[in-house]
Amino acid sequence: MQSDERFTDATWPASPEKATLEGKNKYLGFWLFLGGETVLFASLFATYLALKDKVPNGDAALAKDLFELPLTFVATMLLLTSSLTSVYAMYHMKNNHFKQMQAWLVITVALGFAFLGLEIYEFNHYVHEYHHTFTSSAFGSAFYTLVGFHGGHVAFGLMWIISLMVRNARRGLNLYNAPKFYVASLYWHFIDVVWVFIFTVVYLMGMVG
Amino acid sequence: MSTYANKKGFGATIWDYLTTVDHKKIAILYLISGGLFFVIGGLEAMFIRIQLAIPNNDFVSAGFYNEILTMHGTTMIFLAAMPLVFAVMNAVVPLQIGARDVAFPFLNSLGFWLFFFGGIFLNLSWFLGGAPDAGWTSYASLSLHSEGHGIDFYVLGLQISGLGTLIAGINFLVTIINMRTPGMTYMRMPLFTWSTFVVSALILFAFPPLTVGLVLMMFDRMFGSNFFDVAAGGNTIIWEHLFWIFGHPEVYILILPAFGIFSEIFATFSRKRLFGYSSMVFATVLIGFLGFMVWAHHMFTTGLGPIANAIFAVATMAIAVPTGIKIFNWIFTMWGGSVKFTVPMLYAVAFIPTFTMGGVTGIMLASAPADYQYHDSYFVVAHFHYVIVGGVVLGLLAGINFYWPKMFGTMLNEKLGQITFWTFLIGFHLTFFIQHFLGLMGMPRRVFTFLDNQGLNTGNMISTVGAFLMAFGVLVMVINIIITSVKNEKVGNDPWGDGRTLEWAIPSPPPFYNFKQLPLVRGLDPYWVEKMEGKTEMTPAEPLGDIHMPNSSILPLTIAFGLFVAAFGALYNMDDKTWTLPIIIVGLLITFGSMLIRSVKDDHGYHIHKEDLMDDKDKGGKA
Amino acid sequence: MANEQSNSANPNVDLKYRRKKNAEEMKHQVISFTLMIFFTLIAFAAVGIEGFSHWFIKPVILLLAAVQVVFQLYYFMHMKHKGHGTIALFLFSGLAVGLITVLVFTTIVWL
Ligand code: HEM
Ligand SMILES: [Cu+2]
Repeated sequence: MQSDERFTDATWPASPEKATLEGKNKYLGFWLFLGGETVLFASLFATYLALKDKVPNGDAALAKDLFELPLTFVATMLLLTSSLTSVYAMYHMKNNHFKQMQAWLVITVALGFAFLGLEIYEFNHYVHEYHHTFTSSAFGSAFYTLVGFHGGHVAFGLMWIISLMVRNARRGLNLYNAPKFYVASLYWHFIDVVWVFIFTVVYLMGMVG
Repeated sequence: MSTYANKKGFGATIWDYLTTVDHKKIAILYLISGGLFFVIGGLEAMFIRIQLAIPNNDFVSAGFYNEILTMHGTTMIFLAAMPLVFAVMNAVVPLQIGARDVAFPFLNSLGFWLFFFGGIFLNLSWFLGGAPDAGWTSYASLSLHSEGHGIDFYVLGLQISGLGTLIAGINFLVTIINMRTPGMTYMRMPLFTWSTFVVSALILFAFPPLTVGLVLMMFDRMFGSNFFDVAAGGNTIIWEHLFWIFGHPEVYILILPAFGIFSEIFATFSRKRLFGYSSMVFATVLIGFLGFMVWAHHMFTTGLGPIANAIFAVATMAIAVPTGIKIFNWIFTMWGGSVKFTVPMLYAVAFIPTFTMGGVTGIMLASAPADYQYHDSYFVVAHFHYVIVGGVVLGLLAGINFYWPKMFGTMLNEKLGQITFWTFLIGFHLTFFIQHFLGLMGMPRRVFTFLDNQGLNTGNMISTVGAFLMAFGVLVMVINIIITSVKNEKVGNDPWGDGRTLEWAIPSPPPFYNFKQLPLVRGLDPYWVEKMEGKTEMTPAEPLGDIHMPNSSILPLTIAFGLFVAAFGALYNMDDKTWTLPIIIVGLLITFGSMLIRSVKDDHGYHIHKEDLMDDKDKGGKA
Repeated sequence: MANEQSNSANPNVDLKYRRKKNAEEMKHQVISFTLMIFFTLIAFAAVGIEGFSHWFIKPVILLLAAVQVVFQLYYFMHMKHKGHGTIALFLFSGLAVGLITVLVFTTIVWL
């Protein structure tokens, strides 16, 4: 059996992401990778918590001076919604509806870009309004590293999904690329999981003091 | 794009290895480069011992000593022991579980090349302004103030090779979970496979903290951040924690495969089933688990407070329990067996008392109040060499002797092997036993010289003599390898005659597809099970059919090479040199370009057809 | 190779059944999304509305985050389906290592 063979709705397997051995391996391997990423982000969170509000002098901005609810709220909504849209995309993938899948992925990507734009605006704001920079204090270094690592993941996820969409635009779904789409969507959800902790631990708890 | 051709030119062979995705060839690549770095690290050890042979020596300067010392530790751990472990894993694990290949052949090769270029990068520091000099632990309080680029080589080199290790770990996990042959249940897996499994999980969770630590260090040194800069609110203890959260599991990553190798050897040459198989599995998993809760025993003297010290002390001592279980199981495996003292078995037998001594000093170090005395003295140096050389290196030497015929199809010379064994073992104890006492007498670790008339002269001289003996043993081994390869007398499937597991049921070296038909496993030690029923080969689990194989590719090498190039740009970027930015960009373009090619170009592999697999014997049609 | 094609005698019946099951699952996804948004709103409100003690707010919003993440993992990322045992083992091991790290960094780094 060739994994790039064409399928009809009826022959399309129920779990196309795990229908071939390659797919199964990719699927499991990616989950394990996410297990490692969990430790990676936990280390960054731990570092942030150890260095939170650790600044060289009394003038420097602290967490409770910096963060604002509305901005964080909008960013959170954008990312959470993009998680749902990527679920929709995978729903259509399982139904062998390529067009709809691509459409939902486009929305996901758009939301992702909006989130990223907001984050860039936010960093810019902190730098210019509060002189809170990567090099201004240990707090600054830890904040930008944690949130920036997450932002970097978002950017990478966007590039990944876009290149998958472009590469497969004309040939549609098969058992070779279905696992790729699926795994990319797992990655996107994981980014969202990390963000849930960032908005809770960094922003909300930062505002509480 | 198949690799049927038998006789190839030299260039074609090189190209074959540069592009290979075959786990058996990747094993050989790991073996060669790991062996090379072992020799380099060994030379550095010899320089250290020559410098310390007599008091007030000036063979090397203090600063240069720091570099040698740092590079010795770093090279031995990351660039010698790790890849040699991976060499054995790659050579053996897929065969032991009856798989035709690993789960991710492409990533397997990528993992190797990342390690390789990371290692080369680190060692180029010798020629480019000086090696790192803050110890293999590179504590931030030292390394942030280290002049020159040594530490930057350390940070970037380890980052690249660490990435390779992480990839290799995931690959082995998926391979073992998904690719076992029919009948190969978890509780029938050979112990070496089990230890590979546990070790890969440790890699998965231990390397990310190292990655984070290295990133923070890189940011501090190159981009002006303040993680470890106390004046700006930073905290150097963070580095220590991140390093040891990685570092302690790392020592288990090294020792568990050695345990696995010894378990195979004990069972094989006692011609007896491994005693207490399930308790061995349990102990391996438990050691892996506990390995994550003890890292602060390296930091007792930093002032964690009595409660934390107590918790970490008790957790550390707890590891002695599963380790003890293993020691006794090995002894009971030999008990009543018909033991054959081949070279691998000699290593295995010598390992038990040697490693136990390292374990005993480990328990001594684990009692926090006592550690205030031992810390940073030669006692520690003696301890970790007893476990690392007496455990890991003996395990690797045993494993290399044991699996050499499987990897290369020819046996290493027994006599020369025995010479290596005896000189290495005696040299080892001469070198390190006395260091316990040097440490207790107050000789500090990582200091480039010692004074006369302090009672340290004799001990240090003995230690240096021992080191030369070990070097001699390694030299004999190299000669042995050369002689054996030149003679190249071919051996059959089961050259030791007592093979128990699947790898001994197929030719040495195995064909590139490993198993013509996947074997059916009917119990622990499956090949032994068949032998006991008078059969000479495994019962197949499937009819003869087409075999799917992955294509070779040069992309893993180019991906890793791009990072290597970019690392140079990043390293000199902090000197405000204008040429560095283009270098970074070119390097990243190579890497990401290769990755893009990989993801855009479909790679479905190819099939070996059934007809090509049939030799005369099979033409009649079997199974 | 290891293909688990669905082998119903009549592919169309099978297809209908699968479509229905997928649609049902999608409904669950939307419900869990609604809940996630709801939790988020509570968390933001707890911080936004003056008057709560931070001894109250912090544990509550952490709990809400944890619940929300469970929804992501078990619904959006399908961990509630069969055959995710190994995955759960590894994910939670990673989480355990991570939590110990966080614990240590918030207690014994000379704060
Ligand atoms: C083969 C013979 C070996 C000899 C003669 C040797 C000798 C030494 C010596 C003299 C030191 C310096 C101790 C000090 O002043 O603090 C040292 C440090 C060290 N060695 Fe070895 N060693 C050998 C093999 C190994 C191996 C195989 C490994 C690991 C796989 C290893 C790992 C280390 C480490 C991690 C350090 C600590 C470096 C540091 O303090 O940063 N050694 N060794
Ligand atoms: Cu340790």
